[in-house]
Amino acid sequence: MSQVLASAGSTAAATTQSIVFWLLAVVSVGSACGMVLARRAVHCAIFLAMIMLSLAVFYAMQGAPFLAFVQVIVYTGAVLMLFLFVMMLIGVNSRESLVETIRGQRLAAGVAGIALVVLLILGLGHAAIGPATQSVANGGTNNLSGIATLIFTTYVFPFEVTSALLITAAMGAMVLAHRELTSPKLTQRELSKRRVASGRPTPLPSPGVFALHNAVDMPALLPDGSPSEISVSSMLARREIGGDGAPALPAAPPGPELAPHSEQTEGGSAAPGDGDAGQPVEASSKGGAPS
Amino acid sequence: MSPSAYVTLSVILFAIGGVGVLVRRNAIIVFMCIELMLNAANLAFVAFARMHGNLDGQVIAFFVMVVAAAEVVVGLAILMAIFRTRRSTSVDDASLLKN
Repeated sequence: MSQVLASAGSTAAATTQSIVFWLLAVVSVGSACGMVLARRAVHCAIFLAMIMLSLAVFYAMQGAPFLAFVQVIVYTGAVLMLFLFVMMLIGVNSRESLVETIRGQRLAAGVAGIALVVLLILGLGHAAIGPATQSVANGGTNNLSGIATLIFTTYVFPFEVTSALLITAAMGAMVLAHRELTSPKLTQRELSKRRVASGRPTPLPSPGVFALHNAVDMPALLPDGSPSEISVSSMLARREIGGDGAPALPAAPPGPELAPHSEQTEGGSAAPGDGDAGQPVEASSKGGAPS
Repeated sequence: MSPSAYVTLSVILFAIGGVGVLVRRNAIIVFMCIELMLNAANLAFVAFARMHGNLDGQVIAFFVMVVAAAEVVVGLAILMAIFRTRRSTSVDDASLLKN
């Protein structure tokens, strides 16, 4: 592959390279802007993945196939997955508030960014960046062998330091992620006693089984017609509130969302029995949960 | 494409990443913007390596990748620890040392 990329000296290949460059430059800069502007963290991660993949193509076009593959494997494969993993652990729906804590911070940051671009491009204009040297001095071998030779001869000491750094990082991550048990671990006997003492020894009701739907985000209807809010997973209830975009209280019951949701899913094909079962749901959502 | 085009692109990406670090307050997104800045620096390294016709820049970019991976691991572990104690990842909330 490196020979194919290295032999791209003809005009047709140059044209293709410039087309790919401009296309991916627009994509990567647009993705970077989207990453800064996107409100959800997952969208930021997707944009970052696009930037990293286009950078991998840039590396391949510049005669660095090894770095292109390392970019895809290490960055897009490992680092970004780690980001997504932590994002899922912390909570996908955690939004940052849009209120500025420092007045005019965003404007100042934008101005500073533009000033940085102008300054660096002016500096680049003064620097003598020559054209690409055609024959990359690989020592007569391909890219991979050349990099391996450099790493294990000239840069062998930084390479060893890197191994120490990686071991230290792994140890640090383990120490930081470790949680000390401050109390002795509960035995099964203590757990069952606690369960009986909690007032609900039985399992929680399943969501939606006796309600209009069997979806997991629908609270079950109890025999007296009232929805059982504990039947819905707290993660799902939080997500439904967060998905509306309204800064609802975290302790808001899922009752108010029940009525519009059932209207959307049922539409006009409501069975005659649905009206009877739906009324206590709405009544209870308006008047609060009946005890 | 000439290396100067690649270097200009890396300058733009670096500046966007810097703006993101300044603007965003979710610590995970701040980390992602730092990654973007490191990637932009890598692009400049590779472009300079191509300009000079040797592989030193590529090796430096490789080392930058290794250091970035280690930084992400430790940084995200710190983030998890902060989230566990404070239930928030906003960089504004971690101001316990101020008082």
